[in-house]
Amino acid sequence: MKKIKIKVNGKFKSVKSDNKLSDLIKDLKIPVNKVAIELNKEIVNKTKLNKITLKNNDIIEVVHFIGGG
Amino acid sequence: MKKDQLKIANKKFNSRLIVGTGKYKSMSECAKAIKLSGAEIVTVAVRRVNITDKKKPLLMDYINPKKITYLPNTAGCFNSEEALRTLRLAREIGGWELVKLEVLGDKKNLFPDMIETLKTTEVLVKEGFKVMVYCNDDPLMAKRLENSGASAIMPLAAPIGSGLGILNDINLRIIRSQTKLPLIVDAGLGQASDAAVAMELGCDGVLVNTAIAKAKKPYDMAVAFKNAVIAGRLSFNSGRIQKTLMGSPSSPRKGII
Repeated sequence: MKKIKIKVNGKFKSVKSDNKLSDLIKDLKIPVNKVAIELNKEIVNKTKLNKITLKNNDIIEVVHFIGGG
Repeated sequence: MKKDQLKIANKKFNSRLIVGTGKYKSMSECAKAIKLSGAEIVTVAVRRVNITDKKKPLLMDYINPKKITYLPNTAGCFNSEEALRTLRLAREIGGWELVKLEVLGDKKNLFPDMIETLKTTEVLVKEGFKVMVYCNDDPLMAKRLENSGASAIMPLAAPIGSGLGILNDINLRIIRSQTKLPLIVDAGLGQASDAAVAMELGCDGVLVNTAIAKAKKPYDMAVAFKNAVIAGRLSFNSGRIQKTLMGSPSSPRKGII
């Protein structure tokens, strides 16, 4: 299977070219209900992660809440 | 005694103390201090998930957002674009509409950039956010924020984390006299008495992080702030006496031997 290169939270990652966004989130063991996900600066609807196929050079940001003032 | 609740964007809170969740030694210390403070609202920051260390503890595992209202902030944002991106993401995490906007203008003094802040407030209000706005203590800017649809005005007492206390009570009084919006002193408090003073000036609440988190005994300081806010509010509601130049004896003169 062909591999593509994506960037997740600033780090390069190589994934299979047929991977969905949901596969990536699952692979990273990220609890979906506690995060927000951005794909190429667009917020992704968390109920549609399995409908989005990753592409080469995609930039993904996964954020959550941490301590802050 | 009549219930004296803090009302922000149609939500009611019994505690008038809002606390930040940053700068604690650990998540468990943070959670315990919050419990002791009695706070029902806590500020939280939006940051990248650590994808390399998956065992890192999550804030939500320590502070239950179903029991404590999370107030996502835009700490670290220096322009409107960054702040909007951060709060749109915060809302996406799970429906947070009540947010704290803070757009900083200077990395050293951490004063807010009020032009960017005002601009961002307008956009957020249009998008349905309930915006509590960190601002400087300028009554004119506070008015503009109010006119743009802010849900709460949150002027600084002093620079963030400085612990200097309330430096300009005159401005806070002017802002108090001109607005019916919740007025919350945010940033710069150093000790519990500062919170009492803020409440005695007529503020609706205070927001404290560093003064509790970095105290030698954070748990005791959390309790001190809790009590100071309650005492200050009661004092304000009780109607203080007039100040006079000369003394007035507390014991009657009649019957002196």
